[in-house]
Amino acid sequence: MRHVLSILVENRPGVLARVAGLFSRRGYNIDSLAVGPTTDTSISRMTIVVKGDDIILEQITKQLNKLIDVIKIIDLTAAQDFVERELVLIKVSSSSQSRSEILEIADIFRAKVVDVAAKSITLETTGSEGKIEALIDLFKKFGIIEIVRTGKIALNRGMK
Amino acid sequence: MKYKGAKIFIESLKAENVEHIFGYPGGSVLEIYDELYDSDIKHYLVRHEQAAAHAADGYARSSGKVGVCLATSGPGATNLVTGIATAYMDSIPMVAFTGQVGTPFIGKDAFQEADMTGITLPITKHNYLVKDVEDLARTIKEAFYIARSGRPGPVLVDIPKDVTLLQADYNPEPEPNIQSYKPTYKGNPKQIKDAIALIQSSKKPVILAGGGVIASGASTELLEFAEMIQSPVAVTLMGLGSFPDTHTLSLKMPGMHGTAYANYSIYESDLILAIGMRFDDRITGKLSEFGKHAKIIHIDIDPAEIGKCVPVNVPIVGDIKSVLHDLISKIKEEALDLTENKKDWLSHVSGLKISYPLAYEYSADVIKPQFVVQEINKLIDDTAIITTEVGENQMWAAQYIDYTKPRTFASSGGLGTMGYGFPAAIGAQVANPGKLVIDIAGDGSIQMNIQELSTAAYYNLPVKIIILNNQHLGMVRQWQQLFYKERYSFTNLEGMQPDFVKLADAYGILGLYCDKPSEVRKTLEKAFSHNGPVIVDFRTARGENVFPMVPAGGVLNKMILEESKKGTYL
Repeated sequence: MRHVLSILVENRPGVLARVAGLFSRRGYNIDSLAVGPTTDTSISRMTIVVKGDDIILEQITKQLNKLIDVIKIIDLTAAQDFVERELVLIKVSSSSQSRSEILEIADIFRAKVVDVAAKSITLETTGSEGKIEALIDLFKKFGIIEIVRTGKIALNRGMK
Repeated sequence: MKYKGAKIFIESLKAENVEHIFGYPGGSVLEIYDELYDSDIKHYLVRHEQAAAHAADGYARSSGKVGVCLATSGPGATNLVTGIATAYMDSIPMVAFTGQVGTPFIGKDAFQEADMTGITLPITKHNYLVKDVEDLARTIKEAFYIARSGRPGPVLVDIPKDVTLLQADYNPEPEPNIQSYKPTYKGNPKQIKDAIALIQSSKKPVILAGGGVIASGASTELLEFAEMIQSPVAVTLMGLGSFPDTHTLSLKMPGMHGTAYANYSIYESDLILAIGMRFDDRITGKLSEFGKHAKIIHIDIDPAEIGKCVPVNVPIVGDIKSVLHDLISKIKEEALDLTENKKDWLSHVSGLKISYPLAYEYSADVIKPQFVVQEINKLIDDTAIITTEVGENQMWAAQYIDYTKPRTFASSGGLGTMGYGFPAAIGAQVANPGKLVIDIAGDGSIQMNIQELSTAAYYNLPVKIIILNNQHLGMVRQWQQLFYKERYSFTNLEGMQPDFVKLADAYGILGLYCDKPSEVRKTLEKAFSHNGPVIVDFRTARGENVFPMVPAGGVLNKMILEESKKGTYL
């Protein structure tokens, strides 16, 4: 099962290596990882998507908690009530014939055009995994030149 | 008061009551060594940095204090790595200080630069690179606090050369308060109640005590608890000394080379009380078969150990001493009699002890290694400290010596580091000047840190090195015999060894040689009464194996019991 972990860590050099290193040496796989500062600049938030059953998740959580720099771990998937977003930049191959169709699809998905060149259009979109996958699927027939994804970020809903 | 970094280093160590450190100088730590030169802290110069780490480890295991080692940047620091990993696997409190190239040179592949925080990330409880002299005192304070609190472990502090030179205000640091590090010491009362209910309903309990009992200083509580619930007690290699081997409830060590009666008892038990141990594969054998008929109560200070290897019925996270104390008070408070339904079990276990004792075949012609260890056992009292190398010597030392007090045994359990025992004995001797410290060694392992003879000789540390010399890398030889069709690939050391007596002589210490069973006692007496370090070269039976043996991944009740039944599984 897929889990979204929101991890508050001390904003110190090497903390990313500590967290990432723990996953690799204990044999856990990271699907995606995003990290950035919180309102308190001394604390960063990591959003890590991992796959594993309950036993593995429990171990991951406990092992992460043992890292001195890890302050708090929230399994958002367990809490269920959370919002998740991912930002994607997609560079799609385009010609004068295909350009309008690409823009039409982009419009439906509320993707923003961030760059237009003679042979390509670069679009920006955010959303849930499902939306992004659908968009990528639709663009495949035009030819996707490059794609970059931030990895998922997520927060609990409401007052938590 | 403004001090330079090197002076802050010394003052910070003094603030932690550090009396002894083990180290080796070099370019990046020149400032520190200059301060050490006329400091009250006694520095022991080793001959290889690995030995500094092991000595600090042996010092910690035998005294309960935090061990400290110091090395220069680059190769000095990387030489500590095996020692740090050894301490990490066995949860030994240690602070390793390494010099680093000056901050402007970090990342430039400078001379003797190695990324020590990177290298030691997976083998330290925590580590620090101190980039600002203003952070030095607080970092050292935190390092000691983290090393000794919670589940202990090694902490590395990497100090760039310019940080040792620059000045900063020094004031003694208050006890650290780290928001992200709050170990749980007190057991949950509900879990303690559940545990007592399980103990009450159990007819066949076994206590499995580990190194956590020693780390927590809970031997007295363990003894009281075991007697109170009348449960047999098996102790892991790391737990040796936490419960007296001579007690009627003792099962000695279980596992791969444990006693048959411990393994049978665990296999048949209906309740396993795991106390400060981590279900290592050398203890459990095949996990799916381990404790198949038993419920499990697991007490440990590290929540990550609960459920890591085996599913647990009642987990109690907390300090062993505190949890045992709570269990004992609760049982007393409710005036529970937990012994009544356990009488049949105890008599069954006593029967197992009689039927399956540790055994080997004595020989009057050739010295059996087990015989040497037994003779040592007869000559020492309960204050003697035994360290071991790794392999057969380690297992015989675990099997044939009766440990009755905590901190009298130091051995690399988790990592299985050959070359550990001798430098660890040096550390133990420094921490315990008046005590008899014995390194039970093999002829293979002893050569991995043999250079430390110079250290022992120079400081006249009267460590007794007992080499069980079978001219083999014995444990590997044993596996080759049993599982590799007797293809002895690179394990025969015949004709490849130095003359250990001459070697001792070259270092200016006493060397003894013995190849007759009838002279073992006399030789040991001579070694133990000598006021100085001694090497004893006991020429032992070349093909002797360690039994019982649960083959790797095997089930605990299926052991190879002894030589005469070689290859047969019971």
